[in-house]
Amino acid sequence: MVTEQEIWTALDSVMDPEIPKLSVVDLGMVSSISIDESGAAEVEVTPTFAGCPAIDFIKRSIRDAVVELGVESVTVNVNFDRQWNSNMISEKGRALIKDWGLAPPPVHDGYISLDVLQNVACPHCDSRNTTMQTPFGPTLCRSIHYCNNCSQAFEQFKPVTSG
Amino acid sequence: MNTSALENYILKTADDLLVLGHRHSEWTAFGPVIEEDIAFCSMAQDKVGQAQALYNVLHTTFGYDHPDTLAFLREEGKYTCAQLVELPNGGYDTSLMRHFLFDHAERVRLASLVSCPFEPLANLAKKFKGEVEYHVLHANTWIDQLGNGTEVSKARMQTALDELAPYALGLFEAIEGEQELVEQGVVVSEQDLQAQWQAAIDPILEKAGLAAPDWSSITPVVGGRKGYHSEYLAPLVKEMSEVLVIDTEVEW
Repeated sequence: MVTEQEIWTALDSVMDPEIPKLSVVDLGMVSSISIDESGAAEVEVTPTFAGCPAIDFIKRSIRDAVVELGVESVTVNVNFDRQWNSNMISEKGRALIKDWGLAPPPVHDGYISLDVLQNVACPHCDSRNTTMQTPFGPTLCRSIHYCNNCSQAFEQFKPVTSG
Repeated sequence: MNTSALENYILKTADDLLVLGHRHSEWTAFGPVIEEDIAFCSMAQDKVGQAQALYNVLHTTFGYDHPDTLAFLREEGKYTCAQLVELPNGGYDTSLMRHFLFDHAERVRLASLVSCPFEPLANLAKKFKGEVEYHVLHANTWIDQLGNGTEVSKARMQTALDELAPYALGLFEAIEGEQELVEQGVVVSEQDLQAQWQAAIDPILEKAGLAAPDWSSITPVVGGRKGYHSEYLAPLVKEMSEVLVIDTEVEW
């Protein structure tokens, strides 16, 4: 019988369609995985944003990945029982976000202010001589910034709180 | 717990978000600068997503119709949004001011719902709060910039504020059974929320050089919570549901 750990490992290859290097596990979207005596698997997933348009796609991808392990009965529940916030992104996930060309979100203490959003480190040259252009970007999770040092516009995976 | 009052509370919260989300989306490709176009699209997406999650609670917990049916296939009189959110966008001044007045109200409402004993609603409030922070930050920035901008921008923001103030107060129209919910500790009274809202926005308006209205002397525009709407809601609902009405079984 497949173990919970094997499912966690399989889900580490299910990518966020908007940042296809970042898995749903590194993103912190997978709340829990359980397998009952009959071998049926249940995966609890929480969206990054209430209006995330990719959630149905992600749900299907998670289901497919678990089915591929040979599990016959798979239930993927999407809910807000646990509320995602950007501190749930793993260290590995932060490195992957930077590698993808986005500034990773700073770890926050549950409070976001304009100060937190200014002077974000540029993912290209690491300078903090940067300015936020707008807290909204091409996807719900990104803000747009400009680096005064290397004269490049860049995006940040923005810090989001919950609770 | 007065379940039907709680259901109505969830419904009105969702209806406000759906309708304002739709209005925000009307700025898509029409924003004064591309960043603002993106901002309003993003906020629209957040609000419609939040409305969907709330409709989903009504659907799964209380046996209401599917969220799509609830959102798009009701008679106009079954919507319980406040009239503030139905009004046409007007100019960018009006849209920004409505966004400012609404999101501060939403922020205090969500903060009050975090401790709601009905867990599905508390969970959503905890989630939405972090999203609305960005909406409030965006609104505050523009109120400050345009209030402290030129004589023209200041006058336009003041006019927008004065026109929208009675409608904004309509956000706090109590629903039937509210008193019972308040006594049972399920929700905070609209009166208290309004006081918190005024305490939040008045200093921001003042800092922006705008004259906060004498709230107690304004007659609120009410009725929305009971299904009485402005002339603007019916055409808006018709537009929102246009595709679904043609084919209610359509697969997206």
